[in-house]
Amino acid sequence: MTTAVRSEEISYREAMRAAIAEALRRDDRVFLMGEDVGRYGGCFAVSLGLLEEFGPERIRDTPLSESAFVGAGIGAALAGMRPIVEIMTVNFSLLALDQIINNAATILHMSGGQFNVPLVIRMTTGAGRQLAAQHSHSLEGWYAHIPGLRILAPATLDDARGMLWPALEDPDPVLIFEHGTLYNTSGVLDPDAPVDIVHAAVRRQGADVTLVTYGGLLPKTLAAAEQLDEAGVRAEVIDLRVLRPLDDQTIMASVRRTHRAVVVDEAWRSGGISAEVSARITEQAFYDLDAPVERVCGAEVPTPYAKHLEDAAIPQPADIVAAARRTVDGDA
Amino acid sequence: MTGKRTSRTDEATTRAGARGTRAPAPTTAGKGTGRRQSRSRSDPGTAGTVGPATGATEATDATEAKHRADLLREMLRIRRFEERCVELYSAAEIRGFMHLYIGEEAVAVGVLRTLTPQDAVVSTYREHGHALVRGMPAESIMAEMYGRVTGCSRGRGGSMHLFDAGLRFYGGNAIVGGGLPLAVGLALADRMRGENRVTACFFGDGAVAEGEFHECLNLAALWQLPVLFVCENNLYAMGTALARAHAQTDLALRASSYGLASWAVDGMDVLAVEQAAARAAEAVRWGGGPHFLELRTYRYRAHSMYDPDRYRDKAEIEAWKAHDPINALADRMRAARQLTDDDLAAMEKEIAEEIDRAIAAATAAPLEPAEDLTRFVYSTPAEARSS
Repeated sequence: MTTAVRSEEISYREAMRAAIAEALRRDDRVFLMGEDVGRYGGCFAVSLGLLEEFGPERIRDTPLSESAFVGAGIGAALAGMRPIVEIMTVNFSLLALDQIINNAATILHMSGGQFNVPLVIRMTTGAGRQLAAQHSHSLEGWYAHIPGLRILAPATLDDARGMLWPALEDPDPVLIFEHGTLYNTSGVLDPDAPVDIVHAAVRRQGADVTLVTYGGLLPKTLAAAEQLDEAGVRAEVIDLRVLRPLDDQTIMASVRRTHRAVVVDEAWRSGGISAEVSARITEQAFYDLDAPVERVCGAEVPTPYAKHLEDAAIPQPADIVAAARRTVDGDA
Repeated sequence: MTGKRTSRTDEATTRAGARGTRAPAPTTAGKGTGRRQSRSRSDPGTAGTVGPATGATEATDATEAKHRADLLREMLRIRRFEERCVELYSAAEIRGFMHLYIGEEAVAVGVLRTLTPQDAVVSTYREHGHALVRGMPAESIMAEMYGRVTGCSRGRGGSMHLFDAGLRFYGGNAIVGGGLPLAVGLALADRMRGENRVTACFFGDGAVAEGEFHECLNLAALWQLPVLFVCENNLYAMGTALARAHAQTDLALRASSYGLASWAVDGMDVLAVEQAAARAAEAVRWGGGPHFLELRTYRYRAHSMYDPDRYRDKAEIEAWKAHDPINALADRMRAARQLTDDDLAAMEKEIAEEIDRAIAAATAAPLEPAEDLTRFVYSTPAEARSS
């Protein structure tokens, strides 16, 4: 029994790798391109072994030229290919912002609908590994600001395994943000898990407060929900999964049941996706609220290196619990 | 210069390094190439590029006459189209940023006339001429500038964003250097599928200062992708003269440092441009890797309609006008008895009528309903409204 379960146990990293391999097998227009995706096996070992199976034409190592290879992905997509471009981390995606925002997101509209860009860009995001300020950004909310892009944040094994293929089938550019702390999470895939790239998911049901989160903070938020449960507060946990377009319906349906909401986001509070979600709840479910919407966000500081400082800079389960309690008990 | 494709890159690099340029044709190799270092950047008369193709190519058979008439007509079309744009802009009929191609016509015509319909074109914000020569109807371009639904981009792009999927015209791109990565990707797709197609990528001297330029030349050369890099060196990046922005102003030399074949051409001579482009495009098409052409040209008008043009000498502009590409070809054709005043008048009349029709059609065309504002943000219509 244990052997059978173990043989099916898979890590987030392996789930993502399996998704890429499946896509490469299913569609000969698909190829993977990025820094160290081939011989090195991927900076986070996601693409380990793919070069051996698919060869250097389809597993393409690129120079450290983010703008050129992201733009080349856009060009290849325009020509009918289905590229998966890996940017090592979101931090380096800043070097390709021009291509992502000025080209990938605009060409369909600027061309009056003539040219769509069926491109998938994957990148690691987030803090929590003592990598300091330049390797710890959570900028997916920035990208979620941009019309023309679809922004995904797979937080579970099933999403890591299942979101890539529908992303490749999407006729428009899709960015997938993989939180660095998730790669080593593991478990057993659910072959029946519904996987789409449209809806948010209720990961835990509860009647007292809605905790809205995504990506790397899903495990911490679920842990907080457990702690709340011990204290008699039943928290519902919503995993946004898709940061653009946001699935307002799932969020509002939950808030209308619980009448309380806490938005949990590792990114900075000011101008972030947490502000967007909070504003939408206020716009669409104001009269259903029994308490102000709370937010638990990253401290407004460049992420520091030292562990105790980094821990203090990013949301922890205790912060989420405290915020949830404030919505339930009132902040006396 | 033909054959020996395997050694082409090294050869070009060596030559560029040694002489700073590379002649476009064996018959004219070496001509004028020794004066590069002392060349005044503002004096077209001493341009160190290779001059007009002469001698054997000066045949006067009917095919050549017809071909030259086509080149002349296309250059005239661009110029007259642009001149009408000035009038329409001054009358506030069309708006936005608008960048005119007057003076640079030989580049678009010489390069694009060598491509096939299967090839791809990536262009800049100064792309009316490229679009016209590629085959986009004047009416489609004019309607776009009028913001009409019949415009090539349904009024969503304007002067700087002309697109045509049927012509594989991948847009006017308004970010300097922003089109180069797209061209690399289009060529990568062709390369991966074994298509013998060329992607011609236009950009200006300003783009050479952008990081994307260097990333893309390296990547295209590294992967031996079929890109024809077409640098329209008009000596000014908006108002900044080349020499005020670049420590090394020999752009062909710099391109060659990435290991691709590269040479400079007199961009005011449409026959020289055509000859160089044809040779480069064929090499690119048949596996010779990316090539780089620096076309030395000049824009007579300001950078855009907003530009007061305070940064250059009027005498400089007049000096370049003395080498006008349209006059130069017309004079050469007259000398070869390939063109009469009547021919030219007929050409002008035909072009004026074409532009009149384009303006009439554009002004009569409907606007996209504002309710359709959010169309084409996503391919699936519902998505645009639920973000």
